[in-house]
Amino acid sequence: MNSSLPLLSLLVFTPWAGAAVLALLCGASATMSRVLALVFSLSTLALGLVVLRAFDPARTTPQFVEHHDWITALNVHYYLGLDGMSLLLVLLTGIVTPVALLASWRVDHCPRMFGALFLLLQGAALGVFLALDFFHWFLFWELSLVPAYFLIKLWGGPGATRAAYQFVVYTIGGSAFMLLGFAAIFAATGTLDFTQLAQLGADGTLAQKLTALGGWGPRAIFLGVLLGLAVKVPLFPFHTWLPPAYAEAPTGASMFLTGVMSKMGVYGFLRILWPLFPAQLHAATPCLLWLALGGVVLGAFAAMKQTDLKRMVAYSSINHLSYCLLALFAVSSATGRPGLSSEAATAALSGTLLQMFNHGLSAAALFFCIGILESRAGGRRGLDDFGGVRTAAPIFAGLCGIAMFSSLGLPGLNGFVGEFLIFRGVFGLDPSAAAVACLGLFATAFFLLTFWQRVFHGPSRQGGTTGEFRDVSGVELAALVPLVVLMFVFGVLPHLLTGLFNPLITSWAGHLVLP
Amino acid sequence: MNALPCTIYLSFVGALLALAAGMRSAATARVVALLTALTGFGVALSAAAHFVPGPGLQNLINLPWIPDLGIRYHLAADGISLTLILLTGIAAVAGILFSWNIEERAGEFFALFLTLIGGVYGVFLSADAFTLFVFYEIAIVPKYFLIANWGSTNREYGAMKLVLYSFAGSALVLAGLLWAYAAGVAHGFAPSFALHDLATAATHFTRGEQLGMFALVFLGFAVLAGLFPFHTWAPTGHVAAPTAASMLLAGVVMKLGAYGCLRVAMPLFPVGLEYWQPVIAWLAIIGIIYAGLVALVQDDFKFVIGYSSVSHMGFVLLGLAVANAQAVSGAVLQMFSHGVIAGLLFAVVGRMVYERTHTRKLADLRALPLHRLMPFAALTFVLAGLASMGLPGFSGFPAELTILIGTWKTSPLWATFAAVGVLVAAAFTLRVIQVSFFGSSDRTSLPADAAAHPLPPITWAERAGAMLLIAATVYVGLKPDVLLQWINPALQSPLFQAALRGGTP
Amino acid sequence: MSPDYTGLFQALRPETSLLFGALVALGLDLSLFRRHTSGERLNLALWIGALAVLAAGAHVWFGPHGPIFGGVLILDPLAVATRLGVLALTLLTLGVATAARTPRNPAEYVAIILFATTGFMLMAAAQQLLLAFLALELASLSLYVLAGFDKTRPESAEAALKYFLFGGMAAAFLLFGFSLIYGLTGSIELLEIARQLTLQGLSPLLVVALVMVLVAFGFKAAAAPFHLWAPDVYEGAPTPSAAFIASASKLAGFTLFARLLWPGLRAAAGNVSTLHGAPGWLPAVAVISAVSLLLGNFAALAQTNVRRLLAYSAIAHAGALLLGVIAAGRSGPAPFFFYAATYGLATVGAFGVLAVVERTGSCQKITDLAGLHRRSPLLAGCLAIFMLSLAGIPPLAGFFGKFTVFAAALQLGGLAGPAGWLAFLAIALSALALYYYLIVLKQALVAPPTANASRIVVPTLARFTLMAAAGLIVLFGVAPSLLLDLF
Repeated sequence: MNSSLPLLSLLVFTPWAGAAVLALLCGASATMSRVLALVFSLSTLALGLVVLRAFDPARTTPQFVEHHDWITALNVHYYLGLDGMSLLLVLLTGIVTPVALLASWRVDHCPRMFGALFLLLQGAALGVFLALDFFHWFLFWELSLVPAYFLIKLWGGPGATRAAYQFVVYTIGGSAFMLLGFAAIFAATGTLDFTQLAQLGADGTLAQKLTALGGWGPRAIFLGVLLGLAVKVPLFPFHTWLPPAYAEAPTGASMFLTGVMSKMGVYGFLRILWPLFPAQLHAATPCLLWLALGGVVLGAFAAMKQTDLKRMVAYSSINHLSYCLLALFAVSSATGRPGLSSEAATAALSGTLLQMFNHGLSAAALFFCIGILESRAGGRRGLDDFGGVRTAAPIFAGLCGIAMFSSLGLPGLNGFVGEFLIFRGVFGLDPSAAAVACLGLFATAFFLLTFWQRVFHGPSRQGGTTGEFRDVSGVELAALVPLVVLMFVFGVLPHLLTGLFNPLITSWAGHLVLP
Repeated sequence: MNALPCTIYLSFVGALLALAAGMRSAATARVVALLTALTGFGVALSAAAHFVPGPGLQNLINLPWIPDLGIRYHLAADGISLTLILLTGIAAVAGILFSWNIEERAGEFFALFLTLIGGVYGVFLSADAFTLFVFYEIAIVPKYFLIANWGSTNREYGAMKLVLYSFAGSALVLAGLLWAYAAGVAHGFAPSFALHDLATAATHFTRGEQLGMFALVFLGFAVLAGLFPFHTWAPTGHVAAPTAASMLLAGVVMKLGAYGCLRVAMPLFPVGLEYWQPVIAWLAIIGIIYAGLVALVQDDFKFVIGYSSVSHMGFVLLGLAVANAQAVSGAVLQMFSHGVIAGLLFAVVGRMVYERTHTRKLADLRALPLHRLMPFAALTFVLAGLASMGLPGFSGFPAELTILIGTWKTSPLWATFAAVGVLVAAAFTLRVIQVSFFGSSDRTSLPADAAAHPLPPITWAERAGAMLLIAATVYVGLKPDVLLQWINPALQSPLFQAALRGGTP
Repeated sequence: MSPDYTGLFQALRPETSLLFGALVALGLDLSLFRRHTSGERLNLALWIGALAVLAAGAHVWFGPHGPIFGGVLILDPLAVATRLGVLALTLLTLGVATAARTPRNPAEYVAIILFATTGFMLMAAAQQLLLAFLALELASLSLYVLAGFDKTRPESAEAALKYFLFGGMAAAFLLFGFSLIYGLTGSIELLEIARQLTLQGLSPLLVVALVMVLVAFGFKAAAAPFHLWAPDVYEGAPTPSAAFIASASKLAGFTLFARLLWPGLRAAAGNVSTLHGAPGWLPAVAVISAVSLLLGNFAALAQTNVRRLLAYSAIAHAGALLLGVIAAGRSGPAPFFFYAATYGLATVGAFGVLAVVERTGSCQKITDLAGLHRRSPLLAGCLAIFMLSLAGIPPLAGFFGKFTVFAAALQLGGLAGPAGWLAFLAIALSALALYYYLIVLKQALVAPPTANASRIVVPTLARFTLMAAAGLIVLFGVAPSLLLDLF
C-alpha cells in the first residue's frame, strides 16, 4: 500500500510470465531454457527481499495489500496481502525453487517445458501464500496441481503415471469438499474474504450463521474444509498418495513438492481452518491430535521400514509436517482452558512456522542428495545399493550429512529450533501428546542414521554398476551450498526468521478464547 | 441490440447461400458459411456491447403472426438469452472452422449446419411459446442429416435415436403448452401463446393442472438437456456425429433443452416446479454421478466426452431444479461454460485426433505418443480437460461454485452429492487425458512407424477455432462478471421471481 | 318457396365448367387429335383440364355465398375453402400426371379426374342427404375407375376391384344409415334433421343409423378398422390416381363428414370432454380416431414399400383428422380443414416425386429411392419438404395443421378428459411417425445410389408442380393465416 508498485502481483505473476516466455520460445536451446527458467525463478527471491526490506513486522494485519473488485456477483475481490507467515513462505519458495531448478539441470527431456511447468508451479504456490480471497486462493491452489501433475507424469519414474493420477485425484477429491464447504460459507455469509471471514469466525458470527442452516450442515462444512487441507498436508490417514508421488517425481519436482507444496496445506490450516472454525476445531482436536500423532509416529516408523531412499524421505516428510499440525492442534485444544500458558502457545506456534520453513530447506536438500545418488547409480536408489560413498565423494557426504542432521534436529542447525519450540509448546499444552511424539523423534534419528551409515560408510557397493562415484559437480554444488549455508544461518540465528512473525504469533496467542 | 433478430435471418439466408455455393465448390461453401457465422457472431457481440442489463425481456420485434390463435411473432432478449446467443455465435464459428476439411457435399453440410444455428438463435430470442417451439423443432431435423450423412460409427442409429428422443421430448412440450393454452382460454383469457400471458393465466390454473403441465413441459425440454434416465441419446448421438455436429449438439443443442426448462417450464408453472423439485434434483444428481462413473470406464475416447456432457448438464439441471437466484445464475453460466468446453473437447477428439489417427479406441491411442506427435492438440485437450474438471481459472469453476452455493442454500445434501460429482469429473477427465495423449511415456524416441508417417499437421482453421474457444472459457473463467452482470438482473424479472421464490428455505 | 334455379346455376358454375372441360377434352381427343401420339393427347387433355379447373376456381372465388336452392347447397366458408382446396389439389394431380407414365386413354383419364372433382365440389357444399350421397357416389365411381386405369398391370386391376367392393359396401351402409335418419326425422335436409333430433334425443334406431354412417365414412376415409383397402389401392393404382385418392378425396370427404355430423347430428354428439360424458357419436369417432392413429403409425413402421407406407401414414392422418372433426364442434372447421388441405398438398407432392422417379424404373420399395440426392437434388429436396410436412416439422404446413388440430382438441377439457388423452396420444405418436418418414428420407438423402441408377430428368411441368406444392407447404407453414382467413 505504501508502494505504488503492485509488488505482490509481480511476485505471483513474474514466474508465470516466465512460463509464458519459455512456452513461446520454441527455438530456445536447452541451456538457454534452463538459464531463463532459473532467472525467472530467482525473481521471487529478489522481490521477496525487496518486500522484506519494506516489511513492518510489528503490524499483524496484511501489508502491501492489493484490493480490487473482481466478480461483483459473487462478492469476490482481487485481494492480495502479506503478513509474517506469508512472507516466510514466499522466501522459502524463493529459495527452494531456484535450487530445485539447479537440481534439475540434467533434465534432458524437453527442458523448456520442464522449466515452464516449474515456473507455473512456483507462481501458483506464491499465489496460494498471498491470496486473501477464497476465490483466487482456490484458483492457485488447484492450478498448482496441473504443473505438478505433468512434472510427475512426464518426467517421473516408471510408476509415475499411477502416482500422478493418485496424487491429483486425492487432492482434487479433498478440494471438491473444501469447495463445497466454501460454497456453504458463502451461502451463509455472502463473502469469501479470508480476513472478513476470520473476523466472523473470531466473534462467533460465522458459527451462528452456519448453525442457522441446521442439521449436520455446519459439521459437514468444517469437515469438508478440513478434508481438503488434510489431504494436501497430508494428515494421517490421508497420506497414501504422498510416498508414491514423491518417490516417482523427478528430483526437482520432489524438492518443490515437499519443500513448498506441502506447506500449502499447513498454511491453509493456519490461515483458514483455525481462524474460521476455532470452536469446531477445538471440539475436533481430541481426535485430530491423535491423527497428528499417528502421522508423527507412524510416519517415522514407516520411514524406518523403507528400503527406497526417496520413499524414506517422503515418509519422513509426513512425520515432520505432522509436528506442525500437532502443535496447532495442541494450541487449539488448549484454547479457552483456564490457566492456559500463552507462552507455551506462542512457542508451539512459532515452532510450527519455523518447522515449515526448516523442513522446506532440509527435505529439499535431502531429496536433492538422493537425486544425486540416483543419478550416479543409474536410477537405483535402494538403501542397499550404496555404500562407502563418503570415501568416494567426501564433499557430497559432508553436505548431505548436514542436511540429514538438520532434518534430524541437531542443535546448531535450523531443524532443531523448530522442533524444540514445538516440543516445548506441546509439553506445556498437552504433555501426553508430546510424550508420544517423542517416539517419532527417536525413530527419525534411527532411520536417518541408518541411512547415513549404510550409504556413506560400509563397503562400497556401487562400484560394479556405475564405476567410480563422482563427487558433486559445480551445478550441484551451487544448488546444495546455499541450502546448507542457510541451515547453519537459521540454526544459529533463528531470530532472523522469528522476528518476522513474532508479533503475529503473539497476537494469535493473545486471542486464544473461544467465541 | 435491435439487430439481434438478424442473427436468425442471416443464418437461414446463409444456409441457402452455402447450398448454392456448394454447387460450385466446397471451398466457396465453407467461406460463405464462415462469413455468415462470423457476421452472426459480430451482431451478437455488438448487441452485447450495447446491452443494458435489466429485469425482463427487452422487445426486439412483436408482430401478429396467426391472429386467430393469438400467436405473435415475438422476439425479445434478456441477459440470459444474450449469454446463450453469444455462446451460439462462438460455437457456430468454431464449428465451421473445425469442419474446414469437409469436402463431400459441403454445400449441404453447411446449409444444414447454418439452419440448425438459425433455429438455435431463434429459440434463444423467442418470447412467444409458439415461436419458440417452431424454432426449437427447426433445430431438430438438420441434426439427423448432419449425423447420418457425415457421421462416423453407427451413425444412422445414433442419428435416429437422437432425433426421435428430441422429437419425443418436443412432443411432450407441445402437449404441455397446448394444454396450458387451452386451459388459459377455458379460464377466460384471450387466446395467447406469449410467455407472459401464459404465465398470467397459469396463476389461475388448478394445482393438478400446474403439476401436469410442468411435468410435460419440463420433461420434454429436459430430454434434450440430457436428464437422467433420458440421456441415452446423447452419448450415442455425440459419438456418431461429425465433429462440428457434436460440438453443436453438446455445445448448443443441449442448452436448448435447459433453456426451455428455464424460460418456459419454470416461470409458467411455479407450483409445478415446487412439487417436482426434489425429483428433478435427484435425477440430475444421479445423472451427474452416474454419467461420470460411466465415463470413467469407457474405452472410446468420444464416449468419454459424450458422457461427460451428460454429467455436466446434470449440474445445469440441478441448478435449475434448485431454483434460487444463485443456483439458476450458476446454471446459466454453466450452460455457457459447458457449451464452450464441450465444443473444445469434441473438436480435439473428433477433428484433431480421430481424423488423423483414425481410431478413437483409448487402447490404441495409449500406444501412440500423441503429446509429442500433436503438441498443440495435447495442449488444447489438457486445457479443455482442466476446464471440464472445473478447475478455477476456467469458466466451469465459477459456474459450478455458484451452483453449489445456491444448492447448499436449498439442500446441503444435494450439494454434497454434487461435490462428489465434481470429484468424479476430475477422475475421469484426468484418466482420459492421461491415457489418450500421454499414454506412451517413452521419451527417448518415437516409434519407427510414427516417425515414418507423421500425422498431418494441425491446420490454421483448427488453431483458430481452438484459440477462440479457449479464449472464451478462460475469459469467462477469470471474469464471470461479464456474463453474471447480465444474468442476475434478468432473474429479477417478475416471471423468474415467481419461479424462484420457492427456492430459499 | 319457389325454387331459385338462377341461383342454383350460378352456384353450380364451377361444376359446370369442370364438366364442360371434361367434355371438351374428350371431344377434341376423339375428333381432332386422334392421330397424335398419346403424349401429345395427354398434354392437350391436361391443359384443357387445367384451364377448366382454373375457371372453376375463379367461379368459386367470385361466385355466390350462403345457402343455395333452399338450403340444398350451402356455400359457407368451409364449402368455399374446400372447393378451392379440392381444385388446387386437382390441379397438382394433373401436374403430377404429366410426369407419370402416359395412360392408354389420356383424355378419358383427365375427364374422369374432372368428373371426380365435380363430385368433390358438390360434396363440399351438400347440405342434403340425397345430394350428399349422389355427390359421394359420383366421386367414388370416378375414383374406382382411376384406380384401375392402368389396364396393363394386374395390381391396378386388383386395387380397383378391392376399392370398388369396399366402396360399394360402404355406400350401402351409408344409404341404409341415411334412410334410417330420414325415417326418424322425416327429412333429408340437414337443418331440419338437426331440429328434429334436438326434440327426439338419442333413440336406439338413431344409434343404428349412426353406426351405419360411421362405418361408411370409416371406409371412405380409410380409418381403422375399415382401412383394409387403402394399402392395396395406394400400391396398385397409377401414381396420379393414388395421389388424387389420397388428397382431394380426403379433403372433400372430411368436409362432408364434418358437415353431416356437426350441423346435422349435433344433437346426438355426446361428450368426450370427460370420461363419463353423454353417449353419442363423439365417443365412437374418438375410438375410431385412436385406433387409426395407433394402427396407422405402428403398421407404417414395418413397411418396406413406400406406397404402403404412405397408405398407413394416411390411416394415421385420418385418425388425426377425425380428432379435428371432433374438435370442430367447439373450434369450428378451420383446424381440420387446414390439416386436410396441407396433408393433401404433401401427399400429392410425395406421390408426384414417386411418379417422376418411376420414369426411370419401378419405385415401390423404399430402397428404390436410394441416392435420390445424387440422381436429382430437386426431387430429393422436394421429397424432404413433403415428408417433413407429413411428419409435422415446422416451419412446414403439416406442423401447423397438427398444432391447430391438437390445440382445438385440447380445448375440450384439457388433458383431463378423453379428448385430451386422444390429442396426447396423437402428439406422442407423431414422434413415432417421424421415424418412418425419416427412414424414407434416409434413403433419399443419405444412402448412396445403386450402381445402375441414372440421373433423373424432371419434366418441366412436373418440376413446376412439385415446386408449387413445396412452395405452398412452406408458405402455409410460415403464414397459416392465409388459409385460416378463408373462414
